[in-house]
Amino acid sequence: MEPITALLATMVLPLLAFVLCLLTPNRHNIRDGGTFIIAVLLFGCVLNVLYHFNNETPVAYEAVTFQAGLSIAFSVEPLGMVFALVASSLWIATHVYGIGYMRGNKEQKHARFFACFAFAIFATMGIAFSANLLTLFLFYELLTISTYPLVAHKENDAAKKGARTYLGILMGTSIAFLLTAVVWTYAIAGNLDFKLGGLFEPTLSPMFTAVLLAFFAFGIGKAALMPFHRWLPAAMVAPTPVSALLHAVAVVKAGVFSMLKVGVYVFGIDNLSSTGASDWLMWLAAFSILAASFVAMAQDNLKRRLAYSTVGQLSYITLGVALATSMGVIGGGLHIVTHAFGKITLFMCAGAIYVATHKTNISEMRGLGRAMPFTFIAFGIGSLSIIGLPPFAGSWSKWMLLVAAADTQQIIIIGVLLLSSILNVAYLVPIFARGFFSPASGTGSKALNANVPWREKIAEAPLLVVVPPCITALGCIVLFFYADVIVEFIAPIATVPSVETTNG
Amino acid sequence: MLSFFSAHSPLLAIVIPLLAAPLCMVFGNKSVAFVISFLAAAASFALSVFMLLWVKDGTVLSYHIGGWAPPLGIEYRVDTANAFVLSIVSAIGMLALSYARTSITTEINEKHHTLFYACFIMCFTGLMGVTITGDAFNIFVFLEISSLSTYTLVALGAEKDKRALSAAYDYLILGTIGATFFVIGLGFIYMATGTLNLHDLSQRLPEISDSRTVRAGFALIVIGMGLKVAIYPLHRWLPGAYTYSPSAVSVFLAATATKVALYVIIRFMFSVYSKDFAFEAITFQYVILPLALIAMFAAAFVAAYQINIKRMLAYSSVSQIGYMLLGLSILNVEGVSGAFVHMFNHAITKGALFMAIGAIVFRTGSALLPNMAGLGKQMPWTSAAIVVGGLSLIGIPGTAGFVSKWVLMSAAFEREWWPIALLIVASSLIAVVYIWRVVEVLYLQAPAKESVVQEAPLSLLVPTWILIIATIVFGLYADFAISISTTAAEYIMQGGFGGKEVIILGVEGR
Repeated sequence: MEPITALLATMVLPLLAFVLCLLTPNRHNIRDGGTFIIAVLLFGCVLNVLYHFNNETPVAYEAVTFQAGLSIAFSVEPLGMVFALVASSLWIATHVYGIGYMRGNKEQKHARFFACFAFAIFATMGIAFSANLLTLFLFYELLTISTYPLVAHKENDAAKKGARTYLGILMGTSIAFLLTAVVWTYAIAGNLDFKLGGLFEPTLSPMFTAVLLAFFAFGIGKAALMPFHRWLPAAMVAPTPVSALLHAVAVVKAGVFSMLKVGVYVFGIDNLSSTGASDWLMWLAAFSILAASFVAMAQDNLKRRLAYSTVGQLSYITLGVALATSMGVIGGGLHIVTHAFGKITLFMCAGAIYVATHKTNISEMRGLGRAMPFTFIAFGIGSLSIIGLPPFAGSWSKWMLLVAAADTQQIIIIGVLLLSSILNVAYLVPIFARGFFSPASGTGSKALNANVPWREKIAEAPLLVVVPPCITALGCIVLFFYADVIVEFIAPIATVPSVETTNG
Repeated sequence: MLSFFSAHSPLLAIVIPLLAAPLCMVFGNKSVAFVISFLAAAASFALSVFMLLWVKDGTVLSYHIGGWAPPLGIEYRVDTANAFVLSIVSAIGMLALSYARTSITTEINEKHHTLFYACFIMCFTGLMGVTITGDAFNIFVFLEISSLSTYTLVALGAEKDKRALSAAYDYLILGTIGATFFVIGLGFIYMATGTLNLHDLSQRLPEISDSRTVRAGFALIVIGMGLKVAIYPLHRWLPGAYTYSPSAVSVFLAATATKVALYVIIRFMFSVYSKDFAFEAITFQYVILPLALIAMFAAAFVAAYQINIKRMLAYSSVSQIGYMLLGLSILNVEGVSGAFVHMFNHAITKGALFMAIGAIVFRTGSALLPNMAGLGKQMPWTSAAIVVGGLSLIGIPGTAGFVSKWVLMSAAFEREWWPIALLIVASSLIAVVYIWRVVEVLYLQAPAKESVVQEAPLSLLVPTWILIIATIVFGLYADFAISISTTAAEYIMQGGFGGKEVIILGVEGR
C-alpha cells in the first residue's frame, strides 16, 4: 500500500466502523464482527505506515485548506507513530473485551456504544497523525464530543452528572485555554506546523513563554493536570471498556501526547530548558503525582482508585516534558506506551470482576483471587508494571524519568518520584495481595472449602472478558524486553545523542 | 441574453422578487404563490452569487438605474462586502421559503398562505434592496418595505400563539422609532452636504466632519440602525419577534434581518463617515465595545435560563451580535473581516438551528424544553442537527462558528488586546451551558410514556441539513469566507465606497 493511502486508511477505517455500527443497530454479530475485522485492518494499516516510516522524508498529506497558509494536514512523526500503534493495537483487545462486557453485563444500546467508540478511535488517529496545532485541536475536540455519549451511557442521574463534569471540564478548558493558546501561537509565530525545535524565535521572553505554556498545559485538560483532573474520576461512571481504552489509553494519552507535541514541536525542549519557562510546570506535575497518589489510597471504589492513579501517572509524562531534557521527553513518550498497557490491564480486570461478581469496592474483593486467578494475576502484573518493577515495562519509563531528573539535578523531583513509587505500591499491591491471601468476605464460599477441587473453585468472568487483560498483561512483560526499540524509534525527537547508551 | 443578465444583474436581483410579490397576490393560489416566490428567490440568489464571484477581488459594480448618473440618479453599488451579504440573504431566503411550504401548514390558516408568500418575498426584496443600494434614502425605503412586511409575518404567528400579536406590536413600535431616527439622521447629513448618494457623501463629509449637524446625524443613524441590529440595550423587540413568529420567519429573520442592519451600520461608519473622525473612534471605544461585551455575556446568561428554545436562540442571537460589534470595535482589517465572517457563519448556524427547532415544533407543537425529552431517539436527524448547530454556536473546530472565533481572536491578538480574546472564549463557555441543556434533554431524558413522535418530514429536514452541512463545509474550507471577508474589510477600512476598479452598468443604449 502507498504510504499516503495507509495514512488515510487509518482514519477512514474507524469511520467505516462508525457507519457500520450505526447501520446495524440490531444485528449484533455482524456489527461486532465487522468492527473487529476493521480494528485488525486498522492495526495492519498503522503497521504499514510504520513500515514506510523514515525520518528523512516523512509522509504528509494536506486535506483541507483552512485559511491561506493554514490547513487541516496530517504527517507521520515518531511520537504520533507510537501513539497510533498503542491505540490501534489496544483497540483490538478492548473491542473483544467490550463485546464480552456489554453482552455479559446485558448493557443497553450496543450500537451507539460501539459507534461512538469507533469514532473516538478515528479522532485518536487524527490526533496521532496531526501535522499542526489546528488539526490537533480539531481532533482533540472531536474526541471529547464522541466520548461524551460513552460516559453518559447508562443515562441515569449519576451518569448524567459524571458526563456533565466530563464535558464541562474538557470542553471548558480546551476552549478557554487551548484555543486561546493556539490562536496566540498563530498570532506570534505566523504558522502552526509542528517543527522540531519549536515555532518561536528564541528571543521570546521567558515570562511570556511561561504564560503561554500555562495556557497549553491547562488547556490540554485531557492530561488531567491538577486542578483540572476532576473529569477523570467523574468519567468512571462509564462502562468499563470505555474506562479501559478511553481513560487509560485514547483520551488521557491524547492529552499527554498533545503535551509532548507542544513541548517538543511548538516550544522546543531547548527553548524550555534555556528559559526555565517550564519550571513551574515541573513543580505542579510533581504535586499532581503525589496528591493524586494520596487521594487514590483513600478510594474504596476500584475504578475510582485506578482513575486517581491515572491522574498521577499522567503527570509523570507532563513532568517529563517540564524537565525539558531529551531523556525526560523520551521517558515521557515511553511512559505513554508502558502506562497504557499497564492501566488498560487493570481496568479490564476491574471490569472482569464486575461482570463476574458485580463488586465495585475493593473492600469486598478479599479472597476473590482464588475464584478468579487469571484476572488477579493479570491485575498483579499490571500493578507491578505501573509501580515500575522489573521485569515489567513500566520500570523503563520510570527509570528514564529518574535519570532525567538526576540530569537536571532536581533532587526534590527524584524524591517525589521515589515516594510516588512507594505510594503506588501502597495503593495497588493490597488489592491483589488481599485477593489471594485474605480469607473471602462471604461465608460459605466455595473458595474456602478445602474439599472442593481447585478447578471448581474458579468462577471467572466470560472468556471474552478474561482473555484480553491476560494478553495486555503479557504485553507488559514483552515490552520490558523491547523497550529499547521504542526508545530508539522516538529518540530523533530529542536531539541529544547520548540516548542510545543509557538504555542497556 | 446572458450579457443582458450580467449587465443588469444588480437591478434584476431586486426587481425579480419585487415583482413576484404582487404576482403572488394576483394569482391568489398558495401553490402558485409558493412557486413564484421560490423561483424569484432562487433567481435572486443566482444573481447574487454571480455578482459575488465578479466582485470578490475588490471590483465595484455601479449600476445607474434608468441610466441616470449618480448622484442625481439612484445608484446600486455592489462591492465585495455587500455582494457577500446579498448572497447570505438570498441563500437563506431561498432555503427558508422551501422550508416554509411545509412548516406553515400547521402554523398559519390556509387562506393566509398566499399572503404569507407575498409578504415573505416582499421582506426578502426589502432586505436585498437595503444591502445593494448606493443611495441613502433608498436604504430607508427598502428598510420600510422589509420592516412592514416583517411586522405582518410576525403577526401571522398569532393563529398558533396570540402572543405573536404583542410581539409584532413591540417590533412595530421599536422598529418605527428606529427607522424614524435613521431618516432624521439622513435629513441632517443631507442638510449638511446636499447629497444622498453614499459614495458622494463619503467624498463630502470629511471637510465638514466637525460640524455638529454631521455628528448628530451620525448619532441618529447609529441609534436608529442599532435598534434594527438589536445592539444590546436596544434588543427588546428581538426575543418576542423570533419566538412567536412562524418557524420559517424565525429562520429568515434570525439569519438575515439583523445582519443587513449591521451591514448598513458598517457602511455608514466606515464608508460614509470615516473611522478617522475623532468622534467615531470615541464611539467605538466607549459605546460600541462595552455594549458588545455586555451583550456577549448578559444575553448569553439570559439564554441559559430560557425554557422556550426559540427564545433561548433569540437571546443567543443578541449575544452573537455582540461578537460582530466587537469585531468592528477592534478597528483593524482582521476585526472587520471577523465581523463579516461571523455574519456569514452565524447566519448559516442560526438558520439551521431555527429550522431544526421548527421541525420539532412542527411535530410536537411546542418549543418548550421539557417537552423535548427523549426526542433524540424519536427524531434522530433533527436532534443531530441541533447538536451540530449547537457545536457551531459554541465554536468547536470543524464547524463554522470556530472560524468566526478564530478570526475574531486573531484580530484581538493583532491589536494585542488579549483580555478581549479571553472574553471571547469565556463567552463561548456560556454557550456550552445553554446548548448542552438542550442536548441532555434530547438524548438523556426518557420520553413521556404515551408520546409517539415521528421524525420530521423530508421537506423540513432537507433545508435544515443543507445548512448543517454548510456549517461543517465552511468550518473546514474556511478560506472561502475568510478571503472574501478580508477583501471586503480591506476596502471598507480604506474608507469611501471604492474598490479596485469601478465598472459602470446600466447605461448601454443611451
